[in-house]
Amino acid sequence: MSIPKFIKLTTTAVPLPIENVDTDQIIPARFLKAVERKGFGDNLFRDWRYDEQNVPVGSFPLNDSRFSGEILVAAKNFGCGSSREHAAWAIFDYGFRVVVSSFFADIFKNNALNNGLLPIQVSEEFLRKVFAAIEADPAARFEVDLQNQTLTILSTGEQTSFEIDGYKKECLLNGYDDVDYLMSIRPEIEAYESVHRA
Amino acid sequence: MGKTLFDKVWDAHVVKSLDGGRSVLYIDRHYIHEVTSPVAFLGLKNRGVKVARPQNTTGTPDHNVPTVNQHLPVAEEQSRLQLESFERNCREHGIECFALGSPRHGVVHIVGPEQGITQPGMTIVCGDSHTSTHGAFGAVAFGIGTSEVEMVFASQCILQPKPKTMRITVNGKRGKGVTAKDIILYIISQISASGGTGHFIEFAGEAIRDLSMEERMTVCNMSIECGARGGMIAPDQTTFDYVCGRNRAPQGDDFDQAVERWKELYSDADARFDKEYTFDAANIEPMITYGTNPGMGIGVTAAVPSDEGLSGSDRISFHKALEYMDFKSGEKMLGKKIDYVFLGSCTNGRIEDFRQFAMAVKGHKKAEHVTAWLVPGSKAVEAQARAEGLDKILAEAGFELRQPGCSACLAMNADKIPAGKYSVSTSNRNFEGRQGPGARTLLAGPLVAAAAAVTGMIADPREVFNL
Repeated sequence: MSIPKFIKLTTTAVPLPIENVDTDQIIPARFLKAVERKGFGDNLFRDWRYDEQNVPVGSFPLNDSRFSGEILVAAKNFGCGSSREHAAWAIFDYGFRVVVSSFFADIFKNNALNNGLLPIQVSEEFLRKVFAAIEADPAARFEVDLQNQTLTILSTGEQTSFEIDGYKKECLLNGYDDVDYLMSIRPEIEAYESVHRA
Repeated sequence: MGKTLFDKVWDAHVVKSLDGGRSVLYIDRHYIHEVTSPVAFLGLKNRGVKVARPQNTTGTPDHNVPTVNQHLPVAEEQSRLQLESFERNCREHGIECFALGSPRHGVVHIVGPEQGITQPGMTIVCGDSHTSTHGAFGAVAFGIGTSEVEMVFASQCILQPKPKTMRITVNGKRGKGVTAKDIILYIISQISASGGTGHFIEFAGEAIRDLSMEERMTVCNMSIECGARGGMIAPDQTTFDYVCGRNRAPQGDDFDQAVERWKELYSDADARFDKEYTFDAANIEPMITYGTNPGMGIGVTAAVPSDEGLSGSDRISFHKALEYMDFKSGEKMLGKKIDYVFLGSCTNGRIEDFRQFAMAVKGHKKAEHVTAWLVPGSKAVEAQARAEGLDKILAEAGFELRQPGCSACLAMNADKIPAGKYSVSTSNRNFEGRQGPGARTLLAGPLVAAAAAVTGMIADPREVFNL
C-alpha cells in the first residue's frame, strides 16, 4: 500500500483568512455516514460554500472565480476540533495538495501527512505576505519544494523554509505508508508485548 | 531531573524510537465507533490482514444512533448501513461490540470507564478527539485519525511524535454553583482554543483533587478544546475507589497489586513542564460561551466582550463569530432568550450530571417555549437515573429522558437544532453548525443548562436555584 507521493509543486493558491477553522466547517458531521473514502470533496466547506437553498455563496473564496490552485492558505489554528480524517480527505479530494497556515491543530496535521496532503506551517509574518501576494494578484504562483523544505512566493521571490519531521518527509517523498512499516516490525512489537503488563 | 506523570506513562509504552522524533507507541486499549472505523477496516481488507489484538479493542456505536425508539430499525438508510457495517466488521474481526440497545451500549467515552476497561497508566486511543476523557484516570489517552486507527488495528501500535508537557494548576476551592464544566470552560477562555496545541496537559491543584471521578472526566474531556493532545490527572484514592469492582477492573489481589503500581503515577517533585499555568478556583463563575469556539467563554453574569486589541484575522474571526451568534459587544448574556437545552454528550452525560440537573429543576417547571433533550451517555446511566427516580423528578418538571448516543452534540443523527435557534448545550463544541446547520450553541455546565431550561433564558443558577 502507499500514500500519494509529494515532491514539488508550482501552483496558485486559494485564500481563507479565517482563524480556528474547525473540522466541522471543513466537513460537517452529517456527511460522515459513508463507509468508503469517496467523494468528500463535494462537501468540503459545505455550509460556507452553499446557502440553505444549496446555492453557491459567491463571496466564499472557493466559489470566487478569481481563485484556484492546489494550495489552500488559512489563518492560524487550522483543522481544530474533531479528529475526523474526513477533513483531510475532503481537502485532498477537492484538489488541494498543500495547506499553508501559521499553525495547525495536532490531529489534523497527522491526518494530512498520512494522506499525502502537506501542511506547511509558516510564521504569522510570512502568512501575511502570502495573503498579500494573492490579494495583489490572484494568479500569483507559489512553489513548494519538499526536498529542500521551502515555500516560495514566485511573484516576489520571498521564500521561507518549513519544518517537517524527517520520517514523514521520507514517507511523502516516497509514498511510504505507516501501516506497512508497523507491520514490518511485528517481531519487535511482540517482544515488547511479552514483557509489558497492560 | 524527575519525570512528569505523562513521561512515565508514555516512556513505558515506547516500543522503539525513530530518527526525527517519532516513537512507535504501544496501545493498551483501542476504542472504536461507527464513524471513524469503516475506512480503516476497509484498509485491512485491502491488505488482507486481520485486527492484531481484538481482545484490546472495544466497539460501541454512538455518533450516528437515534435517541428515540432504539428497538426499531434505524429509519435513515445511510445511518442504518453504517451501523450494520460496524457490527459486521466487529464480528468478522472478533471485536467485542456493545450493540445498540444492549445493556452496555453508550457513548464510547462513557462506557469505557463505566465498564472498568479504562485504567490508570494505560495508553488509550480512539478515532475521536474526546478520547482525552480517559486521561482523568492517569492514562495517556488521545484522539486519532482513521489512518491511525488502521495502524492500531494492524499492529497495536501507533507512530507519534512525543508532545510537550503542560501543567495547569487550579488552586483553592470553587464557589457554589461552579461545576467541573465551568472550571474547564474558564481554563480554555484564559488560554484560548489553541493554547494547548502541541502539548499534553496535566491538571493539578486543590480544585482538581477535590473533583469526583466523573467531574475529572469532564475536565479532561475538553482538553482538546484548547488544542491539547490530551489531558490527565494523577490517580489517587478517588480514582482507585471508582475503578474498584468494575466489570473489567482487576479483582481481588490483582486489584491491590495494580493499586500499588498506580500509586507510582504522579509527577516527581523536580519534574519540569514545558509550560505552566496557575489559576485560582475562587475566580471561576458559572460559565457560558458567546462565540463559535470553546475559547469564547465568559462568566454567565458578564457581557459580550469587545474587539479591543484585536487586529487582522483575529478581528475578522471575532466579528464573524458575533455575526453568526447575532450578539453585540457589551450586551449582557443574562436574560437572553434561548430555544433549546441539551443535557448529555461525553462531556456531561454521566449520572452525576443527570442528578445535578434533576435536583436543580425539582420543584420548577420547564419554560414552555424551550425544547429540552436529555440524553444519557449510556444505557447504564439511563438505568441508574430510573433506579434513582430521577426520571420521575424530571417528568414532574416537564422533562423526559431520551436514549443514549452522541445526539445533538454533533447532530449527526436526527437531533438537530434548527437554524437560527439558540441552544444551551452541555456538550463540548460551539462551532458554527455543529448542532445543525445555522444552529447557535451556548456551551455551559448542567446547572446553567438547568437554569436556562426553567427560565427560558440565560440565567445564573445561583440565583434561580438559591445555591
